[in-house]
Amino acid sequence: MNEVIQAEALRKTFGKLVAVDDLSFSIVSGECFGILGPNGAGKTSTIRMVYGFSPLTAGRLAVFGLDVTKHPRAVKARIGVCQQENNLDPELTVLRNLLVFARYFNIPVPEAERRSRKLLAFMALQHREESRVPDLSGGLLRRLVMARALINRPELLILDEPTTGLDPQSRHQVWEKLEELRAGGLSILLTTHNMDEASRLCDRLIIMDGGRLLVEGKPAELVLRHVGRHVLEVSDPADGLAEFLAQRSVAYERFGHRIIISIGDGSDLYREISERFRSGGCTMRMATLEDVFLRLTGRELRE
Amino acid sequence: MRIYPPLSGRFLRVWQRNLTAYRQSWKVSFIPPLLEPLFYLLAFGAGLSGLIGNVRYQGEEISYVRFIAPALIAITVMNSAFFENTYASFVRMYYYKTFDAMMATPLTVEEIIAGEILWGATKSVIATTIMMGVISGFGLIRYPEGLLLIPLAFLGGLAFGSAGMICTAVTPNIELFNLPVFLFITPMFLFSGTFFPIENLPLWAQKTASLLPLTNLVDLSRAFTNGRIDILVFTGFCYLAAFASVSFPLAIGTMRRRLIK
Repeated sequence: MNEVIQAEALRKTFGKLVAVDDLSFSIVSGECFGILGPNGAGKTSTIRMVYGFSPLTAGRLAVFGLDVTKHPRAVKARIGVCQQENNLDPELTVLRNLLVFARYFNIPVPEAERRSRKLLAFMALQHREESRVPDLSGGLLRRLVMARALINRPELLILDEPTTGLDPQSRHQVWEKLEELRAGGLSILLTTHNMDEASRLCDRLIIMDGGRLLVEGKPAELVLRHVGRHVLEVSDPADGLAEFLAQRSVAYERFGHRIIISIGDGSDLYREISERFRSGGCTMRMATLEDVFLRLTGRELRE
Repeated sequence: MRIYPPLSGRFLRVWQRNLTAYRQSWKVSFIPPLLEPLFYLLAFGAGLSGLIGNVRYQGEEISYVRFIAPALIAITVMNSAFFENTYASFVRMYYYKTFDAMMATPLTVEEIIAGEILWGATKSVIATTIMMGVISGFGLIRYPEGLLLIPLAFLGGLAFGSAGMICTAVTPNIELFNLPVFLFITPMFLFSGTFFPIENLPLWAQKTASLLPLTNLVDLSRAFTNGRIDILVFTGFCYLAAFASVSFPLAIGTMRRRLIK
Protein backbone atom coordinates (compact mmCIF):
# COMPACT_ATOMS: atom_id res chain seq x y z
CA MET A 1 0.00 0.00 0.00
CA ASN A 2 1.20 3.46 -0.90
CA GLU A 3 0.97 5.53 2.27
CA VAL A 4 0.40 9.26 1.90
CA ILE A 5 0.45 10.06 5.61
CA GLN A 6 1.93 8.04 8.43
CA ALA A 7 1.45 9.60 11.84
CA GLU A 8 2.86 7.88 14.88
CA ALA A 9 2.23 8.99 18.45
CA LEU A 10 1.67 12.63 17.49
CA ARG A 11 1.61 15.03 20.37
CA LYS A 12 1.04 18.78 20.38
CA THR A 13 0.98 20.96 23.45
CA PHE A 14 0.50 24.69 23.88
CA GLY A 15 1.97 25.45 27.30
CA LYS A 16 -0.01 23.27 29.66
CA LEU A 17 -2.79 22.56 27.19
CA VAL A 18 -2.50 19.20 25.46
CA ALA A 19 -4.14 19.66 22.06
CA VAL A 20 -3.15 16.32 20.52
CA ASP A 21 -2.11 13.35 22.58
CA ASP A 22 -0.58 10.10 21.32
CA LEU A 23 -2.43 10.14 17.99
CA SER A 24 -1.56 7.59 15.33
CA PHE A 25 -3.20 7.12 11.96
CA SER A 26 -2.30 6.58 8.35
CA ILE A 27 -3.83 7.41 4.98
CA VAL A 28 -3.28 5.50 1.80
CA SER A 29 -3.14 6.99 -1.66
CA GLY A 30 -6.49 7.81 -3.23
CA GLU A 31 -8.35 7.64 0.04
CA CYS A 32 -10.63 10.27 1.54
CA PHE A 33 -9.91 10.30 5.25
CA GLY A 34 -11.90 12.23 7.84
CA ILE A 35 -11.00 13.53 11.27
CA LEU A 36 -14.15 14.06 13.32
CA GLY A 37 -14.51 15.52 16.73
CA PRO A 38 -16.27 18.23 18.70
CA ASN A 39 -14.79 21.73 18.95
CA GLY A 40 -11.47 21.62 20.77
CA ALA A 41 -10.92 17.94 19.99
CA GLY A 42 -7.56 18.66 18.33
CA LYS A 43 -8.60 18.29 14.67
CA THR A 44 -7.12 21.56 13.45
CA SER A 45 -3.96 21.10 15.53
CA THR A 46 -3.51 17.69 13.94
CA ILE A 47 -3.82 18.80 10.33
CA ARG A 48 -1.70 21.89 10.96
CA MET A 49 1.12 19.54 11.85
CA VAL A 50 0.50 17.61 8.64
CA TYR A 51 0.80 20.67 6.42
CA GLY A 52 3.85 21.94 8.19
CA PHE A 53 2.22 24.93 9.89
CA SER A 54 2.88 23.74 13.44
CA PRO A 55 5.96 21.89 14.63
CA LEU A 56 5.28 18.61 16.44
CA THR A 57 5.83 18.49 20.18
CA ALA A 58 6.56 14.77 19.90
CA GLY A 59 5.94 11.84 17.58
CA ARG A 60 6.77 11.00 14.01
CA LEU A 61 4.98 12.28 10.95
CA ALA A 62 5.78 11.30 7.40
CA VAL A 63 3.94 12.71 4.36
CA PHE A 64 4.70 11.03 1.02
CA GLY A 65 7.32 9.10 3.03
CA LEU A 66 9.13 12.35 3.88
CA ASP A 67 9.63 13.47 7.46
CA VAL A 68 7.72 16.77 7.70
CA THR A 69 10.11 18.25 10.24
CA LYS A 70 13.11 17.60 8.00
CA HIS A 71 11.58 18.35 4.60
CA PRO A 72 8.79 20.86 5.15
CA ARG A 73 9.30 22.64 1.85
CA ALA A 74 9.27 19.48 -0.25
CA VAL A 75 6.11 18.29 1.51
CA LYS A 76 4.30 21.62 1.24
CA ALA A 77 5.04 21.81 -2.48
CA ARG A 78 2.97 18.66 -3.01
CA ILE A 79 -0.09 19.37 -0.87
CA GLY A 80 -3.02 21.75 -1.21
CA VAL A 81 -4.56 23.31 1.89
CA CYS A 82 -7.96 24.88 2.57
CA GLN A 83 -7.69 26.44 5.98
CA GLN A 84 -10.75 27.00 8.11
CA GLU A 85 -10.92 30.73 7.49
CA ASN A 86 -11.26 31.98 3.93
CA ASN A 87 -7.86 33.65 3.94
CA LEU A 88 -8.10 34.84 0.36
CA ASP A 89 -6.35 38.05 -0.58
CA PRO A 90 -8.96 40.82 -0.37
CA GLU A 91 -6.66 43.24 -2.19
CA LEU A 92 -6.58 41.09 -5.33
CA THR A 93 -9.15 40.01 -7.90
CA VAL A 94 -10.35 36.42 -8.15
CA LEU A 95 -7.96 35.56 -10.98
CA ARG A 96 -5.02 37.37 -9.38
CA ASN A 97 -5.57 35.41 -6.18
CA LEU A 98 -4.71 32.27 -8.11
CA LEU A 99 -1.88 33.80 -10.12
CA VAL A 100 -0.18 35.28 -7.06
CA PHE A 101 -0.57 32.00 -5.19
CA ALA A 102 0.96 30.11 -8.11
CA ARG A 103 4.08 32.24 -7.75
CA TYR A 104 4.60 30.91 -4.22
CA PHE A 105 5.06 27.50 -5.85
CA ASN A 106 7.38 28.92 -8.54
CA ILE A 107 4.90 27.96 -11.27
CA PRO A 108 5.83 29.81 -14.49
CA VAL A 109 3.38 32.56 -15.52
CA PRO A 110 1.89 31.03 -18.72
CA GLU A 111 1.35 27.72 -16.94
CA ALA A 112 -0.17 29.52 -13.94
CA GLU A 113 -2.60 31.34 -16.22
CA ARG A 114 -3.62 28.14 -17.94
CA ARG A 115 -4.18 26.31 -14.67
CA SER A 116 -6.01 29.24 -13.07
CA ARG A 117 -8.53 29.52 -15.91
CA LYS A 118 -9.08 25.78 -15.85
CA LEU A 119 -9.61 25.72 -12.11
CA LEU A 120 -11.98 28.69 -12.21
CA ALA A 121 -14.01 26.83 -14.83
CA PHE A 122 -13.94 23.65 -12.75
CA MET A 123 -15.26 25.56 -9.75
CA ALA A 124 -17.81 27.44 -11.91
CA LEU A 125 -16.15 30.78 -11.17
CA GLN A 126 -15.01 31.75 -14.65
CA HIS A 127 -17.56 34.57 -14.91
CA ARG A 128 -16.15 36.16 -11.70
CA GLU A 129 -12.51 36.40 -12.79
CA GLU A 130 -12.33 40.15 -12.32
CA SER A 131 -14.47 40.33 -9.18
CA ARG A 132 -12.89 41.46 -5.98
CA VAL A 133 -12.83 38.98 -3.13
CA PRO A 134 -14.91 41.07 -0.69
CA ASP A 135 -17.78 41.00 -3.22
CA LEU A 136 -18.06 37.19 -3.24
CA SER A 137 -20.63 35.21 -1.25
CA GLY A 138 -19.65 32.50 1.22
CA GLY A 139 -20.11 29.68 -1.27
CA LEU A 140 -18.07 31.40 -3.97
CA LEU A 141 -15.30 32.15 -1.46
CA ARG A 142 -15.09 28.49 -0.49
CA ARG A 143 -14.90 27.41 -4.11
CA LEU A 144 -12.16 29.95 -4.76
CA VAL A 145 -10.22 28.70 -1.74
CA MET A 146 -10.51 25.19 -3.16
CA ALA A 147 -9.39 26.33 -6.59
CA ARG A 148 -6.42 28.04 -4.99
CA ALA A 149 -5.51 24.90 -3.06
CA LEU A 150 -5.39 22.97 -6.33
CA ILE A 151 -3.10 25.39 -8.19
CA ASN A 152 0.03 23.31 -7.53
CA ARG A 153 -1.65 20.05 -8.66
CA PRO A 154 -1.39 18.58 -5.17
CA GLU A 155 -1.25 14.86 -4.48
CA LEU A 156 -2.96 15.43 -1.15
CA LEU A 157 -5.72 17.94 -0.46
CA ILE A 158 -6.24 18.99 3.15
CA LEU A 159 -9.48 20.72 4.13
CA ASP A 160 -10.29 22.09 7.57
CA GLU A 161 -14.09 22.10 7.96
CA PRO A 162 -14.74 22.77 4.28
CA THR A 163 -18.47 23.39 4.54
CA THR A 164 -18.90 25.07 7.90
CA GLY A 165 -21.13 28.10 7.53
CA LEU A 166 -22.30 27.35 3.99
CA ASP A 167 -25.90 27.18 2.84
CA PRO A 168 -27.17 23.74 1.76
CA GLN A 169 -26.76 24.46 -1.96
CA SER A 170 -23.17 25.54 -1.60
CA ARG A 171 -22.46 22.64 0.73
CA HIS A 172 -23.70 20.13 -1.82
CA GLN A 173 -21.69 21.80 -4.53
CA VAL A 174 -18.51 21.53 -2.45
CA TRP A 175 -19.28 17.86 -1.82
CA GLU A 176 -19.77 17.20 -5.52
CA LYS A 177 -16.45 18.83 -6.36
CA LEU A 178 -14.68 16.82 -3.69
CA GLU A 179 -16.24 13.64 -5.01
CA GLU A 180 -15.04 14.48 -8.49
CA LEU A 181 -11.54 15.11 -7.20
CA ARG A 182 -11.53 11.89 -5.24
CA ALA A 183 -12.71 10.00 -8.33
CA GLY A 184 -9.72 11.50 -10.11
CA GLY A 185 -7.42 9.77 -7.63
CA LEU A 186 -6.63 12.69 -5.33
CA SER A 187 -6.00 11.79 -1.67
CA ILE A 188 -8.09 13.91 0.68
CA LEU A 189 -7.78 14.63 4.39
CA LEU A 190 -10.61 16.61 5.92
CA THR A 191 -11.84 17.61 9.33
CA THR A 192 -15.50 18.09 9.97
CA HIS A 193 -18.22 17.95 12.54
CA ASN A 194 -20.85 17.52 9.91
CA MET A 195 -21.79 13.86 10.02
CA ASP A 196 -23.56 13.84 6.65
CA GLU A 197 -20.37 15.14 5.12
CA ALA A 198 -18.27 12.46 6.77
CA SER A 199 -20.63 9.61 5.82
CA ARG A 200 -20.89 10.79 2.27
CA LEU A 201 -17.26 11.59 1.51
CA CYS A 202 -15.00 9.62 3.79
CA ASP A 203 -13.73 6.14 2.97
CA ARG A 204 -12.34 5.94 6.45
CA LEU A 205 -12.39 8.22 9.46
CA ILE A 206 -11.32 8.69 13.03
CA ILE A 207 -13.29 10.29 15.82
CA MET A 208 -11.22 12.14 18.37
CA ASP A 209 -11.98 14.01 21.55
CA GLY A 210 -9.74 15.79 24.02
CA GLY A 211 -6.78 15.30 21.69
CA ARG A 212 -7.06 11.51 21.75
CA LEU A 213 -8.28 8.99 19.22
CA LEU A 214 -11.54 7.29 20.16
CA VAL A 215 -12.32 5.05 17.17
CA GLU A 216 -11.18 4.45 13.63
CA GLY A 217 -12.94 2.74 10.76
CA LYS A 218 -15.26 2.96 7.77
CA PRO A 219 -18.38 5.05 8.43
CA ALA A 220 -20.88 2.22 7.92
CA GLU A 221 -18.84 -0.21 9.99
CA LEU A 222 -18.57 2.25 12.84
CA VAL A 223 -22.34 2.71 12.88
CA LEU A 224 -22.91 -1.01 12.95
CA ARG A 225 -20.25 -1.62 15.57
CA HIS A 226 -21.15 1.15 17.98
CA VAL A 227 -24.88 1.68 17.56
CA GLY A 228 -26.40 -1.07 15.47
CA ARG A 229 -28.65 -1.02 12.48
CA HIS A 230 -31.62 0.90 13.80
CA VAL A 231 -32.41 3.49 16.37
CA LEU A 232 -35.67 4.16 18.11
CA GLU A 233 -36.31 7.70 19.24
CA VAL A 234 -39.02 8.14 21.84
CA SER A 235 -39.97 11.65 22.82
CA ASP A 236 -41.66 12.31 26.16
CA PRO A 237 -41.64 8.63 27.14
CA ALA A 238 -44.07 7.37 29.76
CA ASP A 239 -42.63 6.42 33.15
CA GLY A 240 -41.06 3.04 33.36
CA LEU A 241 -39.41 2.91 29.96
CA ALA A 242 -35.94 3.21 31.44
CA GLU A 243 -36.63 0.33 33.83
CA PHE A 244 -38.14 -1.71 31.03
CA LEU A 245 -35.05 -1.24 28.89
CA ALA A 246 -32.68 -1.90 31.77
CA GLN A 247 -34.53 -5.16 32.50
CA ARG A 248 -34.02 -6.32 28.94
CA SER A 249 -30.46 -4.95 28.92
CA VAL A 250 -31.10 -2.83 25.85
CA ALA A 251 -28.64 0.04 25.36
CA TYR A 252 -30.22 3.48 25.45
CA GLU A 253 -29.36 7.10 25.95
CA ARG A 254 -31.36 9.81 27.63
CA PHE A 255 -31.30 13.17 25.92
CA GLY A 256 -33.53 15.74 27.59
CA HIS A 257 -37.10 14.72 26.86
CA ARG A 258 -36.07 12.00 24.49
CA ILE A 259 -34.74 8.51 24.84
CA ILE A 260 -32.68 7.03 22.04
CA ILE A 261 -32.60 3.27 21.90
CA SER A 262 -30.37 1.16 19.69
CA ILE A 263 -32.21 -1.84 18.38
CA GLY A 264 -30.46 -4.31 16.19
CA ASP A 265 -33.47 -5.84 14.52
CA GLY A 266 -36.21 -5.27 16.99
CA SER A 267 -39.55 -4.93 15.35
CA ASP A 268 -41.11 -6.63 18.39
CA LEU A 269 -39.39 -4.23 20.69
CA TYR A 270 -40.57 -1.33 18.58
CA ARG A 271 -44.18 -2.46 18.80
CA GLU A 272 -44.00 -3.05 22.52
CA ILE A 273 -42.41 0.26 23.29
CA SER A 274 -44.66 2.26 21.02
CA GLU A 275 -47.73 0.67 22.60
CA ARG A 276 -46.71 0.75 26.24
CA PHE A 277 -44.56 3.80 26.70
CA ARG A 278 -45.35 6.31 24.06
CA SER A 279 -46.89 9.59 25.00
CA GLY A 280 -45.13 11.79 22.43
CA GLY A 281 -43.66 10.59 19.15
CA CYS A 282 -41.89 7.34 18.58
CA THR A 283 -39.74 6.97 15.45
CA MET A 284 -37.69 4.10 14.22
CA ARG A 285 -34.93 5.09 11.82
CA MET A 286 -31.59 3.92 10.47
CA ALA A 287 -28.70 4.46 12.83
CA THR A 288 -26.29 7.16 11.59
CA LEU A 289 -22.79 8.33 12.20
CA GLU A 290 -24.24 11.10 14.32
CA ASP A 291 -25.50 8.48 16.79
CA VAL A 292 -21.97 7.05 16.97
CA PHE A 293 -20.47 10.48 17.39
CA LEU A 294 -22.81 11.54 20.16
CA ARG A 295 -22.49 8.24 21.95
CA LEU A 296 -18.69 8.41 21.93
CA THR A 297 -18.17 12.09 22.60
CA GLY A 298 -21.12 12.66 24.92
CA ARG A 299 -23.92 15.12 24.63
CA GLU A 300 -22.68 17.91 26.84
CA LEU A 301 -21.88 21.22 25.17
CA ARG A 302 -18.31 22.09 24.32
CA GLU A 303 -16.49 25.31 25.05
CA MET B 1 21.55 31.68 13.23
CA ARG B 2 18.90 29.87 11.27
CA ILE B 3 18.64 32.42 8.47
CA TYR B 4 19.76 29.93 5.86
CA PRO B 5 18.32 27.58 4.40
CA PRO B 6 14.87 28.78 5.60
CA LEU B 7 15.56 31.99 3.67
CA SER B 8 15.74 31.32 -0.06
CA GLY B 9 15.21 33.60 -3.03
CA ARG B 10 11.52 32.79 -2.76
CA PHE B 11 11.11 35.82 -0.45
CA LEU B 12 10.84 37.79 -3.71
CA ARG B 13 7.45 36.10 -4.25
CA VAL B 14 6.15 37.81 -1.14
CA TRP B 15 7.55 41.13 -2.33
CA GLN B 16 5.87 40.52 -5.70
CA ARG B 17 2.52 39.95 -4.01
CA ASN B 18 2.72 43.38 -2.44
CA LEU B 19 3.79 44.93 -5.71
CA THR B 20 0.80 43.35 -7.49
CA ALA B 21 -1.56 44.71 -4.85
CA TYR B 22 0.14 48.13 -5.00
CA ARG B 23 -0.19 48.30 -8.75
CA GLN B 24 -3.94 47.80 -8.44
CA SER B 25 -4.14 51.04 -6.46
CA TRP B 26 -1.02 52.95 -7.46
CA LYS B 27 -2.89 56.03 -8.57
CA VAL B 28 -3.98 56.63 -4.97
CA SER B 29 -0.66 55.59 -3.42
CA PHE B 30 1.18 58.08 -5.62
CA ILE B 31 -0.56 61.15 -4.28
CA PRO B 32 0.84 61.52 -0.72
CA PRO B 33 4.56 61.57 -1.66
CA LEU B 34 3.70 64.00 -4.46
CA LEU B 35 1.71 66.46 -2.39
CA GLU B 36 3.42 66.19 0.99
CA PRO B 37 6.70 67.85 -0.02
CA LEU B 38 4.76 70.55 -1.87
CA PHE B 39 2.79 71.40 1.27
CA TYR B 40 5.88 71.38 3.46
CA LEU B 41 7.97 73.44 1.07
CA LEU B 42 5.13 75.92 0.71
CA ALA B 43 4.50 76.19 4.45
CA PHE B 44 8.13 76.29 5.54
CA GLY B 45 9.62 77.83 2.46
CA ALA B 46 7.15 80.62 1.82
CA GLY B 47 5.65 80.88 5.30
CA LEU B 48 8.42 80.28 7.78
CA SER B 49 11.67 81.07 6.02
CA GLY B 50 10.91 84.78 5.98
CA LEU B 51 10.96 84.67 9.78
CA ILE B 52 14.03 82.48 10.00
CA GLY B 53 16.23 83.56 7.16
CA ASN B 54 19.33 81.42 6.77
CA VAL B 55 20.49 78.50 8.89
CA ARG B 56 24.06 77.61 9.86
CA TYR B 57 24.70 74.00 9.03
CA GLN B 58 28.17 72.45 9.26
CA GLY B 59 29.78 75.86 9.19
CA GLU B 60 27.88 77.02 6.15
CA GLU B 61 25.00 79.43 5.71
CA ILE B 62 22.14 77.88 3.77
CA SER B 63 18.57 78.96 3.18
CA TYR B 64 15.94 77.41 5.40
CA VAL B 65 14.25 75.69 2.47
CA ARG B 66 17.53 74.12 1.42
CA PHE B 67 17.95 73.03 5.05
CA ILE B 68 14.63 71.22 5.40
CA ALA B 69 14.21 69.75 1.89
CA PRO B 70 16.61 66.82 2.53
CA ALA B 71 15.05 66.29 5.95
CA LEU B 72 11.65 65.89 4.29
CA ILE B 73 13.11 63.11 2.18
CA ALA B 74 14.62 61.39 5.23
CA ILE B 75 11.31 61.63 7.10
CA THR B 76 9.52 60.10 4.14
CA VAL B 77 12.01 57.22 4.06
CA MET B 78 11.34 56.58 7.75
CA ASN B 79 7.57 56.89 7.56
CA SER B 80 7.08 54.88 4.37
CA ALA B 81 8.89 51.81 5.64
CA PHE B 82 7.84 52.08 9.27
CA PHE B 83 4.14 52.48 8.54
CA GLU B 84 4.20 49.82 5.84
CA ASN B 85 5.73 47.24 8.17
CA THR B 86 3.54 48.18 11.13
CA TYR B 87 -0.03 49.02 10.14
CA ALA B 88 -0.05 47.51 6.64
CA SER B 89 1.86 44.35 7.58
CA PHE B 90 -0.30 43.91 10.66
CA VAL B 91 -3.46 44.15 8.56
CA ARG B 92 -2.12 41.49 6.20
CA MET B 93 -1.04 39.26 9.07
CA TYR B 94 -3.97 39.67 11.47
CA TYR B 95 -7.01 40.68 9.44
CA TYR B 96 -6.34 39.28 5.96
CA LYS B 97 -4.51 36.16 7.27
CA THR B 98 -2.27 36.46 4.23
CA PHE B 99 0.70 35.06 6.15
CA ASP B 100 -1.30 32.02 7.26
CA ALA B 101 -2.15 31.26 3.65
CA MET B 102 1.49 31.70 2.62
CA MET B 103 2.65 29.37 5.37
CA ALA B 104 0.70 26.52 3.76
CA THR B 105 2.85 26.93 0.63
CA PRO B 106 6.58 26.21 0.26
CA LEU B 107 7.29 29.68 1.70
CA THR B 108 8.88 29.85 5.14
CA VAL B 109 8.20 32.44 7.85
CA GLU B 110 11.69 33.82 7.21
CA GLU B 111 10.87 34.43 3.56
CA ILE B 112 7.49 36.00 4.33
CA ILE B 113 9.02 38.51 6.74
CA ALA B 114 12.06 39.22 4.58
CA GLY B 115 9.72 39.87 1.64
CA GLU B 116 7.58 42.21 3.75
CA ILE B 117 10.58 44.23 4.95
CA LEU B 118 11.97 44.39 1.44
CA TRP B 119 8.61 45.74 0.34
CA GLY B 120 8.72 48.36 3.12
CA ALA B 121 12.12 49.48 1.82
CA THR B 122 10.70 49.53 -1.70
CA LYS B 123 7.92 51.86 -0.55
CA SER B 124 10.63 54.16 0.82
CA VAL B 125 12.41 54.10 -2.53
CA ILE B 126 9.19 54.80 -4.48
CA ALA B 127 8.22 57.71 -2.24
CA THR B 128 11.76 59.12 -2.28
CA THR B 129 11.92 59.03 -6.06
CA ILE B 130 8.62 60.88 -6.40
CA MET B 131 9.69 63.48 -3.83
CA MET B 132 13.03 63.96 -5.53
CA GLY B 133 11.15 64.85 -8.68
CA VAL B 134 9.17 67.53 -6.87
CA ILE B 135 12.11 68.92 -4.88
CA SER B 136 14.34 68.96 -7.96
CA GLY B 137 11.71 71.18 -9.54
CA PHE B 138 12.70 73.82 -6.98
CA GLY B 139 16.38 73.31 -7.81
CA LEU B 140 17.14 71.98 -4.35
CA ILE B 141 19.00 68.78 -5.29
CA ARG B 142 22.48 68.67 -6.78
CA TYR B 143 23.10 65.97 -9.33
CA PRO B 144 24.66 63.47 -9.87
CA GLU B 145 25.37 63.17 -6.10
CA GLY B 146 21.64 63.45 -5.50
CA LEU B 147 21.08 60.06 -7.12
CA LEU B 148 22.69 58.49 -4.06
CA LEU B 149 19.44 59.33 -2.27
CA ILE B 150 17.86 56.30 -3.93
CA PRO B 151 20.15 53.61 -2.43
CA LEU B 152 20.05 55.60 0.81
CA ALA B 153 16.26 55.34 0.82
CA PHE B 154 16.58 51.58 0.43
CA LEU B 155 19.02 51.21 3.31
CA GLY B 156 17.00 53.53 5.53
CA GLY B 157 13.86 51.64 4.53
CA LEU B 158 15.41 48.34 5.60
CA ALA B 159 16.38 49.84 8.96
CA PHE B 160 13.02 51.45 9.73
CA GLY B 161 11.01 48.64 8.16
CA SER B 162 12.76 46.07 10.33
CA ALA B 163 12.15 48.23 13.41
CA GLY B 164 8.47 48.44 12.42
CA MET B 165 8.28 44.69 11.91
CA ILE B 166 9.61 44.10 15.43
CA CYS B 167 6.73 46.26 16.71
CA THR B 168 4.31 44.18 14.61
CA ALA B 169 5.72 41.00 16.13
CA VAL B 170 5.06 42.11 19.69
CA THR B 171 1.91 44.23 19.48
CA PRO B 172 -1.28 42.52 20.66
CA ASN B 173 -3.53 44.84 18.64
CA ILE B 174 -3.35 47.51 15.99
CA GLU B 175 -4.22 50.42 18.32
CA LEU B 176 -1.01 49.88 20.25
CA PHE B 177 1.10 51.04 17.32
CA ASN B 178 0.38 54.48 18.76
CA LEU B 179 3.00 53.67 21.35
CA PRO B 180 6.07 53.30 19.11
CA VAL B 181 4.80 56.16 16.95
CA PHE B 182 4.59 58.41 19.99
CA LEU B 183 7.79 57.26 21.66
CA PHE B 184 9.95 56.62 18.60
CA ILE B 185 8.69 58.22 15.39
CA THR B 186 7.32 61.59 16.54
CA PRO B 187 10.34 62.55 18.71
CA MET B 188 12.66 61.65 15.86
CA PHE B 189 10.54 63.62 13.41
CA LEU B 190 11.03 66.69 15.61
CA PHE B 191 14.50 66.32 17.14
CA SER B 192 16.71 64.63 14.55
CA GLY B 193 18.06 67.84 13.10
CA THR B 194 15.08 67.92 10.80
CA PHE B 195 13.60 71.40 11.26
CA PHE B 196 16.46 72.97 13.24
CA PRO B 197 20.14 72.02 13.64
CA ILE B 198 20.72 69.76 16.64
CA GLU B 199 23.46 72.18 17.75
CA ASN B 200 20.60 74.37 19.04
CA LEU B 201 19.80 71.73 21.67
CA PRO B 202 21.45 71.38 25.10
CA LEU B 203 24.52 69.17 24.99
CA TRP B 204 22.92 66.07 26.52
CA ALA B 205 20.08 66.30 24.02
CA GLN B 206 22.54 66.73 21.17
CA LYS B 207 24.33 63.56 22.22
CA THR B 208 21.07 61.65 22.47
CA ALA B 209 19.84 62.97 19.14
CA SER B 210 23.05 62.00 17.36
CA LEU B 211 22.39 58.38 18.32
CA LEU B 212 18.96 58.33 16.67
CA PRO B 213 18.72 56.58 13.32
CA LEU B 214 16.80 59.44 11.74
CA THR B 215 19.56 61.94 12.65
CA ASN B 216 22.02 59.84 10.69
CA LEU B 217 19.61 59.49 7.82
CA VAL B 218 18.96 63.25 7.73
CA ASP B 219 22.71 64.01 7.70
CA LEU B 220 23.29 61.58 4.85
CA SER B 221 20.33 62.98 2.95
CA ARG B 222 21.71 66.54 3.34
CA ALA B 223 25.14 65.42 2.24
CA PHE B 224 23.76 63.81 -0.93
CA THR B 225 21.33 66.62 -1.78
CA ASN B 226 24.00 69.28 -1.40
CA GLY B 227 26.79 67.21 -2.94
CA ARG B 228 28.98 67.18 0.17
CA ILE B 229 30.47 63.71 0.29
CA ASP B 230 32.94 63.42 3.19
CA ILE B 231 33.98 61.16 6.07
CA LEU B 232 30.72 61.89 7.96
CA VAL B 233 28.90 60.11 5.16
CA PHE B 234 30.91 56.99 5.88
CA THR B 235 30.14 56.93 9.61
CA GLY B 236 26.47 57.64 8.98
CA PHE B 237 26.30 54.83 6.46
CA CYS B 238 28.00 52.42 8.88
CA TYR B 239 25.53 53.40 11.59
CA LEU B 240 22.49 52.71 9.37
CA ALA B 241 23.96 49.47 8.05
CA ALA B 242 24.65 48.29 11.60
CA PHE B 243 21.15 49.28 12.70
CA ALA B 244 19.60 47.35 9.81
CA SER B 245 21.78 44.28 10.29
CA VAL B 246 20.69 44.01 13.92
CA SER B 247 17.01 44.85 13.49
CA PHE B 248 16.43 42.71 10.38
CA PRO B 249 17.28 39.31 11.95
CA LEU B 250 15.61 40.44 15.16
CA ALA B 251 12.42 41.16 13.20
CA ILE B 252 12.55 37.70 11.63
CA GLY B 253 13.21 36.04 14.99
CA THR B 254 10.39 37.81 16.81
CA MET B 255 7.93 37.18 13.96
CA ARG B 256 8.86 33.49 13.99
CA ARG B 257 7.89 33.38 17.62
CA ARG B 258 4.61 35.10 16.85
CA LEU B 259 3.59 33.11 13.77
CA ILE B 260 4.72 29.56 14.49
CA LYS B 261 2.19 27.95 16.77
